[in-house]
Amino acid sequence: MQQLTEIRWHARAGQGAVTAAKVVAETALAADQYMQAMPEYGPERMGAPIKAFTRISKVPIEIHCNIENPDIVVVLDDSLLEIVNVADGLVDDGVIVVNTCTPPAEVRARLSMPANARVACVDASGIALDTIKRDIPNTPMVGALIKLTGVVDMEAFKSLLAKNLSKKFGQEMIDANWASVDRAFEEVTVA
Amino acid sequence: MPEHKTLAATGNTVVAEAMRQCKPDVMAAYPITPQTTIVEEYAAMVAKGRVHTEYVTVESEHSAMSACIGASAAGARVMTATSSQGLALMWEELHIAAGMRLPIVMANANRALSAPINIHCDHSDIMGARDAGWVTYFAETAQEAYDNTIMACRVAEHPDVMLPVMTTLDGFITTHSIDRVSVMDDESVSGFVGQYVPKTALLDLENPVMHGAFSGLGGPYFEFKKQQRIAMENARKVVKDVAEEYAKLSGRPFDVVETWGMEDAETAIVVMGSTAGNTRHVARDLRAKGERMGLVKIRVWRPFPHVELAAALKGLKAVAVLDRAESFGAEGGPLFLETRSALYDAAERIPVVDYIYGLGGSDVKLELIERAYKDLSDIAAGGAAPAGPVYLGAREEA
Repeated sequence: MQQLTEIRWHARAGQGAVTAAKVVAETALAADQYMQAMPEYGPERMGAPIKAFTRISKVPIEIHCNIENPDIVVVLDDSLLEIVNVADGLVDDGVIVVNTCTPPAEVRARLSMPANARVACVDASGIALDTIKRDIPNTPMVGALIKLTGVVDMEAFKSLLAKNLSKKFGQEMIDANWASVDRAFEEVTVA
Repeated sequence: MPEHKTLAATGNTVVAEAMRQCKPDVMAAYPITPQTTIVEEYAAMVAKGRVHTEYVTVESEHSAMSACIGASAAGARVMTATSSQGLALMWEELHIAAGMRLPIVMANANRALSAPINIHCDHSDIMGARDAGWVTYFAETAQEAYDNTIMACRVAEHPDVMLPVMTTLDGFITTHSIDRVSVMDDESVSGFVGQYVPKTALLDLENPVMHGAFSGLGGPYFEFKKQQRIAMENARKVVKDVAEEYAKLSGRPFDVVETWGMEDAETAIVVMGSTAGNTRHVARDLRAKGERMGLVKIRVWRPFPHVELAAALKGLKAVAVLDRAESFGAEGGPLFLETRSALYDAAERIPVVDYIYGLGGSDVKLELIERAYKDLSDIAAGGAAPAGPVYLGAREEA
């Protein structure tokens, strides 16, 4: 992994992007890396387009500006593809992961992005409905993210997920979340 | 030796944590973005019995500081937090807290002042409180915000100081970003700050005293102010002594003026708060390319470390000051005025350029810092200094 990895999350408020940005950062910390996670600050309205950011680094992170040239973009809601330029500033060899039923080649055709960058799609909402029984796509999206980028360790993520969930839920919910992560990891496709 | 625990936490979370570890007797606070999570999390800790503080919910910041003043005069260890309009609403109480020599510790989430309405970071709020007589720290990171809060407690209550202390952290940038922070165990922090034993206390009925009395013409008002000046001068040494002792515990050294790359620097940027990180990042890149740039970070704003700053800047060819606040009608922002004043006694005149940046949370892009360093290189090479203050990154050169 390069020294600094920058992730930008696009979602609608309420889909858990801020939580996902945070949990990925916490997973990196568990591997003794340096990290930052922050929402794009503003008034919070359920359903409004929001951004969140995660930075992961082997060395201390000193910068505090917004992420303008992300290595990775995660899109939790494909209706945002119409209204937000999610590929904005993506690095040449970057990757965009989208929660959608649309095949990656079609999504790619709709985005203006570098030729070498990859587009990956997974039906994270469908997976979440199957497993967790609610359309909260953030957790399976991290599974897809890990498959594509290895930005954090899968086992470390799953163990942190269990730890966080166990504060409010039982083993059944932990298993459902783990299943959602595994399925997204398996089902994500790339173009 | 203390146990250190590494957390993924926001600046506000670790400020609330540091306050809990200092065990204040009273907290009176009113929520305001982006300070809210400090008082929210603190209130939750009180409700869960994790700290035994009398938590006073009030109807405004004016009342919050008034309650803090009353509690502190009564002999309690008192802490609070605010931001922006809230700090502005406290303005008259800030002076009273300092004039009554009450060692209140307050965190401020640095935020712009209206109008236009804006909830994001700049240092306008703090600069409005500049002359209120509070010792004032700035934090670059959540880690520094944690450390400063603990040190503030000791500085405020030191018998040679007995002044209120403000520890500031940049709104949203530091208050709300999750960062890697090392915290110490409760006993180590509590042991470090110790028990507050007030010299006088309104609740000490055996030894009655008067606080905040009238002092008319011919009264001691003037001498009270001189004593505040002396106390603030005393704080210079106390801040350093406390920091030295704290560094032994935390392993994190502290300088009132922190320098980077200054050993052979020809030019430098002077900055406070989170932008010091962005600046160091750019300076590191430029140094790798052979440019002789440095960074000077001010960690304590009051008392202003003019001697240390002048020493750090000695012999430079050009200096840029980054001001995240205005002083409309002055020659530049508040930090610029201090810096140039600190350099007045320098043997050789050093050109100093002021850059106003990041007002209302305007993003501090690395290219803006690069532009300031580029200007410095040009000046060092014999070019003319730009007329300041330069509005760094403003969308049009209005």
